[in-house]
Amino acid sequence: MSSDPKAPLGLRIAATGGLLLLHLPLLLIVVYAFTTEEKSFQFPPPGFTTKWFGIAWSERPDIWPPLFLSLKVAAIATCLALVLGTFAAAGLSRARFFGRETVSLLFVLPIALPGIITGISLRSAFDIMGLDFSTWTIVLGHATFCIVVVYNNAIARFRRLGGNLIEASMDLGANGLQTLYYVVLPQIGTALLAGGMLAFALSFDEVIVTTFTAGQQSTLPIWMLSELIRPRQRPVTNVVAVFVIVTTMVPILLAYYLTREGEHTGGSSK
Amino acid sequence: MTSPAVRFQNVSRRFGEVKAVDGVSLDIAPGELFAMLGPLGSGKTTCLRLIAGFEQPDEGHIEIFGARADGLPPYKRNVNTVFQDYALFPHMTVGENVAYGLMIKGMGRAERESKAAEALAMVKLKGFEARRAAQLSGGQRQRVALARALVNNPKVLLLDEPLGALDLKLREQMQEELRALQKGLGITFVFVTHDQGEALSMANRVAIFNEGRIQQVGTPTDVYERPRTRFVADFVGSANVLAPDLAGRLGAGPRWVSLRPEKITLLADGQGAPEGWVSLDGRLASASYQGSVTRLAVDAEGVRITAAVPAGSAPIVTGSTLRLAWPKAAMVLLEGEP
Repeated sequence: MSSDPKAPLGLRIAATGGLLLLHLPLLLIVVYAFTTEEKSFQFPPPGFTTKWFGIAWSERPDIWPPLFLSLKVAAIATCLALVLGTFAAAGLSRARFFGRETVSLLFVLPIALPGIITGISLRSAFDIMGLDFSTWTIVLGHATFCIVVVYNNAIARFRRLGGNLIEASMDLGANGLQTLYYVVLPQIGTALLAGGMLAFALSFDEVIVTTFTAGQQSTLPIWMLSELIRPRQRPVTNVVAVFVIVTTMVPILLAYYLTREGEHTGGSSK
Repeated sequence: MTSPAVRFQNVSRRFGEVKAVDGVSLDIAPGELFAMLGPLGSGKTTCLRLIAGFEQPDEGHIEIFGARADGLPPYKRNVNTVFQDYALFPHMTVGENVAYGLMIKGMGRAERESKAAEALAMVKLKGFEARRAAQLSGGQRQRVALARALVNNPKVLLLDEPLGALDLKLREQMQEELRALQKGLGITFVFVTHDQGEALSMANRVAIFNEGRIQQVGTPTDVYERPRTRFVADFVGSANVLAPDLAGRLGAGPRWVSLRPEKITLLADGQGAPEGWVSLDGRLASASYQGSVTRLAVDAEGVRITAAVPAGSAPIVTGSTLRLAWPKAAMVLLEGEP
C-alpha cells in the first residue's frame, strides 16, 4: 500500500486505445446530433445547431409510437422476468434434485445463444402455435433473455440467504407474507433492482430478436435502423440515439452501483 | 396432574426411504432442561424441528402443554428456536433482530425497544442495540440469538447445538450461563447436542437417540451409571461392553454388560481380588496420559478393555502383564439377547 504501482506503458496505451474504441463512436453520435449537415455524416461537421432537438420534438410524430412501444415492451418484459426469474431462482436455490444444474444451465442458455437463433426459433414456434405477431410476441421474445439477467442476479443472493433466515423469521411468529416482506425482499431487493434495470436496458435496445418476433410495428431500435437509409433529417436519428444512450446508461450505472454495494455488505456479513 | 411441556406420542418422520424419527414417545416436563443426545443422523435434530414446527410428523402426534400441535406452522407455536448458526438477520441491527418477534406481534416501537434492551441486558449485551450481527463475535451472536428467542417469552426454548460453534473456554462459560438463565426464567429448555459431556453436565434429563429411536431417557446419573443398551453404554462415556460369554465367566450373565473404565483398578502382582470383586489378567497394548488419569488399553481374553487409572498409580510399560480388577456390581447388565 506504500505507493500505487504504475502499469507498464504498453498496457496503458492498450487500455486507452480500448476505451477510445468503445467510447469515441458514442461521442460521434452525440456530435452528429448537433451538426448542420442533414444528408450525410460529414466530419468535421460544417456547423453546430440545436434545431434537430426541436424538430424531433415537434415535427416528427413518427418517433413517438416506436419510442412508446419500446418503453412498453421493456417494462412488461422486465416485470415478467422479475416474477418468473425470481421464482425460478428461489426454487432452484433451495431444492435439491437430480438434474438441478442442468435446469440451471437451461435458464441461462438463452443469453449465450445468438439472438438470431432465439429469433428464428421463436418465430417458427409462434407460427406453429398460430400466434399473430404483436406487442406480446415481442415481449415474449425479450423475456427469454430478460429472465436470465434477473435469474442470475437473484440466485446468487438466494444462495447467500440460506433457508435458516426464513425459518428464523417463521419461528419468531412471521407468516409467509411477513417473512417475504421483512426478510426475503430486503435480502434480495437490490439484486432484483439491478437485474430488473439490466433487463430493461437489454430489452430497450434489442434489434435481432425483435426483428423476428415483431409484426408491423417497430420498436425504437428498428425505427432508427430504417431511418439510417433515408436521407432526410438524419441528425434527428442522432437526437433519438442520445436519448437512448441516456435512458439506458442511467439504469445500467445504477445497477452497477447497487450490486457493488450488495457485494460489499454480503462480504462483511460473513 | 399438569400436562407435559412437550409430549411425543409415537412420532415418526420419514425422508424418502429414511426413517429419521421412528416411533418416538417422550414426555418433557415443564421447567426441565432437557438434552437430546445422539450421533449425527440419529434423529435428534429432526425431533427438535418437529417441536418447532419446521417438520410435521408422518405418524403420531406432538403436544405442547397439552395442546395438539398437528399441522400448526412454526409461527403459530409459542416455541422459539436458537439456531445452530444463529440465523441473525444481516440487514438488521442487533436491536431490530431482538425486537423482530415483538414487531411481528404488532407491539409499538417504544415498548418493543425497551423489551429488547431488557433481553439484551439479560444476556449481558447491554448497549449493543445499534450494532450489526457482522460486527459481533461468535459468542456475542449466540447471545443475541438467545435474546431474540427469549424476548418472546416462549413456553419452550429450543436450542440446536447451542455450544457447537464456540471454543472450549467460551463453551464452559456458556454452559454455566445457560443453566443459570434457565433456572432463573423457569422456561422449559430443550437442546440438541452430540457431545455427551455437554448433555450430562447441563441437563436435568437426557434422551439418547440412535437411528431415529430413543435408546434411553433418564437423569445424567441414570444414563451414565445404568446404561440400558450397548449403544448407550458405548456412546455415553465410552464404557467397555463385554460379550455374554466373557461376562458369564466373570459371574455376570451370560448377558452383555457395561463396565466403566474408571471402575477398574490395577492389582499388584500376586495380590488377590477383594471379596465381591473379579479380576482379569491382560497385556498392556497402549497407554495414553490424559492429565488426571491414564487410559490403558489392555488385551485380555481376546478383547480389548479400557481402564482409566489415576495417573502415576502404576509403572506403565507397554507389553507388560497387568492384573485388572473391579467390583462385580460395576458390571451393568444390558438389554438385548445374549
